[in-house]
Amino acid sequence: MVDTFQFTPKINLEFTIREKDFFLAGESASRVKKTLQQLGMEQEIIKRIAIIIYEAAMNVAIHASHGMLRVFISPEAITIETEDAGGGIPDVDLAMREGYSTATHEIREMGFGAGMGLPNIKQCADELKIDSKVGTGTLLQATVYFTNWQEKH
Amino acid sequence: MKVGELASAFGLEVLTGSVNLDREIQAGYTSDLLSDVIANIEENAVWITIQRHINILGVAKLKDIAAILIPRNLQLDQEVIDKACTESIAILRGGLSAFELSGLLYDALKRG
Ligand SMILES: Nc1ncnc2c1ncn2[C@@H]1O[C@H](COP(=O)(O)OP(=O)(O)O)[C@@H](O)[C@H]1O
Ligand SMILES: [Mg+2]
Repeated sequence: MVDTFQFTPKINLEFTIREKDFFLAGESASRVKKTLQQLGMEQEIIKRIAIIIYEAAMNVAIHASHGMLRVFISPEAITIETEDAGGGIPDVDLAMREGYSTATHEIREMGFGAGMGLPNIKQCADELKIDSKVGTGTLLQATVYFTNWQEKH
Repeated sequence: MKVGELASAFGLEVLTGSVNLDREIQAGYTSDLLSDVIANIEENAVWITIQRHINILGVAKLKDIAAILIPRNLQLDQEVIDKACTESIAILRGGLSAFELSGLLYDALKRG
């Protein structure tokens, strides 16, 4: 990690995500990526964070009605949080499986709905928490630490 | 190899004017699954895909893609082309299939 980043104060970013607004969901991932690049964060870590944000935000746009994307940056870690109002996930373990998707045919035709989003988030995060209530919504929190990726992999 | 050089070498149509023609290409990736592209495409790559909706631009921007290459002369909405110009993303199009374009690009990149 570049030294300048060590001294950066805590930064929080927040974006609104609307149903089926895929472009905006992608755009927020790009904006966070730019901020992290300006902070001088390591390329590899930025890549992982970008994947997490894109997939988490897309899940809100595709599978929920609306929600918030929040990014909390501290000198030790970054946490990506999506909180949505929507149908929720009845079986989180099943949803985590590679290839599992409830996306409609229409959504799949656009290249979404490969069932790789949650597995990719898990792969890129050091910690992942999903708290979902059927009929209410989902809270997803993924954390990337700036030090222990090597130890885990 | 630059985006503009690739276009002239293989007779590709440039849909986005002068946008990014001077950008250096370092890799290529062929996939129509956005999650796969987001996870696996390298930077400065040419992305070969038959997806043509506006969301491919979000992917291209996030992954800092050198150019999108559309096979089989598939049609694109003007809205997508206009947005690509605003976002500085080059879109190329060729008459060959994704398989054939991938082969050409692979050879060109290997030769350097
Ligand atoms: N925010 C969410 N709200 C409701 N369901 C969700 C949400 N995120 C994921 N899911 C469920 O988990 C499944 C798997 O998600 P994911 O791995 O991202 O694949 P995909 O988005 O391609 O379907 C989705 O198809 C959906 O059923
Ligand atoms: Mg998904």
